[in-house]
Amino acid sequence: MGEGEVRDRSREAFQRLAAAELPALYSLARRLVRDGAEDMVQEALLHGYRSFGSLKEDATGGRWLKTILVNVFRDQLRKRARSVEEFPVDEVEEFSLYRTLIDEDPLPYSDTLHHDFLQAFDKDDVRVVLMRLPEIYRGPLVLRYMDGFATKQIARLLDTPLGTILARIHRGRRLFEKELWIYAEEIGLLRQEAVR
Amino acid sequence: MTESKRVIPCTEAVRQLWDYLDDAISPEDHDKVERHLSFCRKCCGELEFGQEIREFLGSKTSQEIPPEVKARLERFVEEL
Repeated sequence: MGEGEVRDRSREAFQRLAAAELPALYSLARRLVRDGAEDMVQEALLHGYRSFGSLKEDATGGRWLKTILVNVFRDQLRKRARSVEEFPVDEVEEFSLYRTLIDEDPLPYSDTLHHDFLQAFDKDDVRVVLMRLPEIYRGPLVLRYMDGFATKQIARLLDTPLGTILARIHRGRRLFEKELWIYAEEIGLLRQEAVR
Repeated sequence: MTESKRVIPCTEAVRQLWDYLDDAISPEDHDKVERHLSFCRKCCGELEFGQEIREFLGSKTSQEIPPEVKARLERFVEEL
């Protein structure tokens, strides 16, 4: 915003911003939580409306609402802290989807096995797999690789030490690879692809 | 051979590949991974696949919202 411009922080201005950002907010919420995405967006909008005056630049309104949504997610995680479990990492630490694909060769007629394997999944498949991950791993993974937040920013937003976030992203990636493979086997995706 | 010049095995290189891609490892570990990649074709494949999965995740975002959910949220916004 240029010097001298007046920021419009009226109810109507917030409603315009919120209406424009609804699809982005809802889709982020759906990536973060299994159930209750709509409630989460409503809570974020309520917080956003109450603190709309603190938004410094109109151009960052969408990102600002997303960070509020992540704050709501963080608060939900805290409330569920007792039920949020660390995953037995040893089980997945050594898993490599790259090597599993070479060893199992699920698409024997493919010259670009790894690429073709990934192409077999659509957005809904990816969401199913993401929802299988414990949310302490899913959250940082989604924010980093699907929504482009920097790791330092994720640590700040989730109020978690940077080292812990890095470790959770690392474990989240491993878990995602393993669950992607398990999911592909479960739904017969690889067999379908093989006969196409 | 100093610690930073130590050649690491594939298991260790693979463990660090995504962090390497994210530039989230120490300069010493970064050098170790690079040295490993300079002679290990298999781990170069792992690295390329790691990059592809990152791009794959980024491409699977959508901004779709079911019409009924959109309508409910728009009503919520209007009532603020």
